[in-house]
Amino acid sequence: MALLEVEGLVKHFVAERSLFGRALAHVKAVDGVSFSLEAGKTLALVGESGCGKSTVSRLVLRLIEPDAGTIRFEGRDLLSLDAGALRAFRREAQIIFQDPYASLNPRMTVGQILTEPLALHDLVPAAQRRERVEEILRLVGLEPRLARRYPHEFSGGQRQRIAIARALAVEPKLIICDEPVSALDVSIRSQILNLLRELQDRLGLAYIFVSHDLAVVKHIADHVAVMNLGQIVETAAADALFAAPRHPYSRALLSAIPVPKPRAKRSRIVLEGEIPSALNPPSGCRFHTRCPYVVERCRSEMPQLLPDGIGHATACHRTSELPSSEAIVPSDGGFSPVLEKLVAAFSGGPEAARAGGVSSLRTDPA
Amino acid sequence: MNASPLIEIRDLRIRFHGDDGRITHAVDSVDLSVANGATLGLVGESGCGKSVTSLAIMGLLPKQSAEISGAIRFDGFDLLQVPDQILRDLRGNRLAMIFQEPMTSLNPSFTIGDQIIETILRHRGGSRRSARDRTIELLRRVHIPSPERRIDEYPHKLSGGMRQRVMIAMALACDPRLLIADEPTTALDVTLQAQILELMRELKAASGAAIILITHDLGVVAEVCDEVAVMYAGEIVERAPVDELFSAPQHPYTVGLLGSIPRLDHRAEQLATIEGMVPNMMHPPAGCRFAARCPFVLDACTKALPPLVEASPGHLSRCIRAPLERLVS
Repeated sequence: MALLEVEGLVKHFVAERSLFGRALAHVKAVDGVSFSLEAGKTLALVGESGCGKSTVSRLVLRLIEPDAGTIRFEGRDLLSLDAGALRAFRREAQIIFQDPYASLNPRMTVGQILTEPLALHDLVPAAQRRERVEEILRLVGLEPRLARRYPHEFSGGQRQRIAIARALAVEPKLIICDEPVSALDVSIRSQILNLLRELQDRLGLAYIFVSHDLAVVKHIADHVAVMNLGQIVETAAADALFAAPRHPYSRALLSAIPVPKPRAKRSRIVLEGEIPSALNPPSGCRFHTRCPYVVERCRSEMPQLLPDGIGHATACHRTSELPSSEAIVPSDGGFSPVLEKLVAAFSGGPEAARAGGVSSLRTDPA
Repeated sequence: MNASPLIEIRDLRIRFHGDDGRITHAVDSVDLSVANGATLGLVGESGCGKSVTSLAIMGLLPKQSAEISGAIRFDGFDLLQVPDQILRDLRGNRLAMIFQEPMTSLNPSFTIGDQIIETILRHRGGSRRSARDRTIELLRRVHIPSPERRIDEYPHKLSGGMRQRVMIAMALACDPRLLIADEPTTALDVTLQAQILELMRELKAASGAAIILITHDLGVVAEVCDEVAVMYAGEIVERAPVDELFSAPQHPYTVGLLGSIPRLDHRAEQLATIEGMVPNMMHPPAGCRFAARCPFVLDACTKALPPLVEASPGHLSRCIRAPLERLVS
C-alpha cells in the first residue's frame, strides 16, 4: 500500500465576487490531480510559477480544503478526519517552506521552536524534552548549545536546518519540501540537499519535493510529476523522464535547463507566447496555445493522463507520433577528469588531498 | 582580445561606513576589464561584492556611506572622478543596467511606453512621436507581442517575463556600449529564463555591446559568457575564459562551487559542500579570505594575502597552491 494516495484533487479559488458575494470568476489552481507516493521515496512536483504545485502540497496536508477528490494517508481518508484526528495526522506529515527567514518565529529561541511540537503532541515527557531537542539539533548538523539562540543569529542555511529540525521533531513519515533550497546560495544548497537525502536514508522519510530547479529534482527525486495549469501532464520515474521526456511541455522544460558546461550540446525548445492564465485556461489541452505540435483535436478535447504500463504516464493526444526526445535534455558531460579529482579532493578534506600525492608539496611554495 | 578594453577597473575598493562607525570591506582590489562585444560573468554568492561592484560602475552607491577608491575607466572617463552631470548623461545612454526584480525597477504609475520614451528624449532628444516609434521598435526587438498596443500598458498588466523584456528594451533604448545585467533571470521560470538568455545572445550579436552578467547560477554563466570572474568575500579569486574555468578551475572556492551543483550526467550520492562561513567583512582576515574553509590550506595561506597571478596563460588565480592539478595528479 502506498503511503499517500491522491485521487482527482480539485481546488478552485474564487478570484472575483459580485456585490452580493456570488463568485464571478475562479482560478482553477488544481484541476483533477492524482498521484501516489511510497514510504521512503521522493516525488517531485515541477512546473512553472502558478502551475498549482504549491497548492497541491498544501491540499495534501489539509492546510487548505479541496473542492473535490480524495487523499488517503496509509489508507485513511484524510478528508473525513475531524479536528482531533487531523491534528494527530499532522504528526505524520510536515512541511518545510522556501523562506527560512519567514517561517521561524523571531521571538522564540531555537529550543522553544523545537520544544513546541513535542509539547503539542505530547511526544516526550517534559523532563526529557531538552535532551530530545539537543538530539534533533545534532541530527540536522547543528550544535546543541545553539538551542538558546534566536533565529536572527543564524545564517539562511542554518535556519533551513532549524526548519527541518522542527519538521523532524514529531517523527513524521512524510515531509513536504516546498522549494526548500531556492532561497539559498549554491554551496549552502548542497549541504541541505545532502542533509535531506541522509535523513531519508536514516529515517525512511517520504518527501514531496516542490521545485522549479530541474537539476536539483533530477538529483533528489525518485518520481517526477510535471504540472501545467493545475494538471499533471506527465509522470514517470525521474531517470525515465530525464532520459526521454514525452509530453511537449516536459520536453520544453527539460530542454531549457541551464547546464554548467560551455557550449553544451542542446536542442533547446523555446516556447513562444505567454503562460495562459489559470483564471481562464485554454480549452482542450491546456498547453495547446504554446505547443509546437498542436493539431485541431488538441484545441477541443482534453487529453487524459494515460499510463504506458511501465509507470510512465503522459497526457497528450500525440504521444505516439512525436519525434524521439532522446537528445532533448542537454548534456553537461559530468565533470572533466581534472575537476572530478579536484572535487573528490575538496570533499575529502586535507587528508584526501594529501593522499592524492601532495605530501611532497607540503613545504609551502610561498 | 582588444588592446584597449571598453571598460577597465583598476584596484577598486569599496568600504561602507555604518552609523555606528563600523567599517565593512565590501570590495577589495578588484581589477577587471571587458572588451567590446565580450560578455563577462561575475559570479559569487550573496554578499561577495558582485552587485556592489556593478553599482559602483553605475555610480549608484550612496555617497555618504560608501568610500570608493581606485579607477573605473570607460569611454575616456574615470567614472569615479567625473561630475554627476556627465554620469547622468552616460547612464541609460552608453551605460545601461538591468536588475533582478523587474517589478520594483519599473515605475507602477507610468505606462511602459512613457518610461522608455522618457529615456530616449532625455538622451537623444527629438520629437515625442519619433521616440514613440522607436519604443515600439524596441519592444518588437525584445519580442513583445503587439507592441503598438502594449506600449500603453502599465507594468502590473504584464507578466514577469514580459516586464523583464521591457527592462531590457529600456536598457537598449540608446544603444548602450556596456550593459550590466544583475541576476536578470533569477526571478524567472526556466522556460522564460531560456527566452531571456536567447534574447541577450541575439542582442549582443546584433549590437556588439559588451555585457557584464552578474549571477550566482553557473549554468547561466556557461551559456552566455566568454570570460568569468569568481568573487569571494569582496575579492576576485579567479578569472578565466569560460571553458577553462569549467574544465580546470584554479581556485579551491571555484572547485567547491562547481562540485556543489547537481549534474544531469553525473549521479552523485553526496554533493560537495563548502564548510564554514564567509569571514566577517568588518574584520577581514590578513591572509587568504577562503583559508578557513579551504581543504587545501597551508600555513602560508593565513599569513599574507595571495596575489591574483597567472596559473596558466590567461587564467588568473588568487591561490598559492595553483595550479591545482598538482594536488591531484
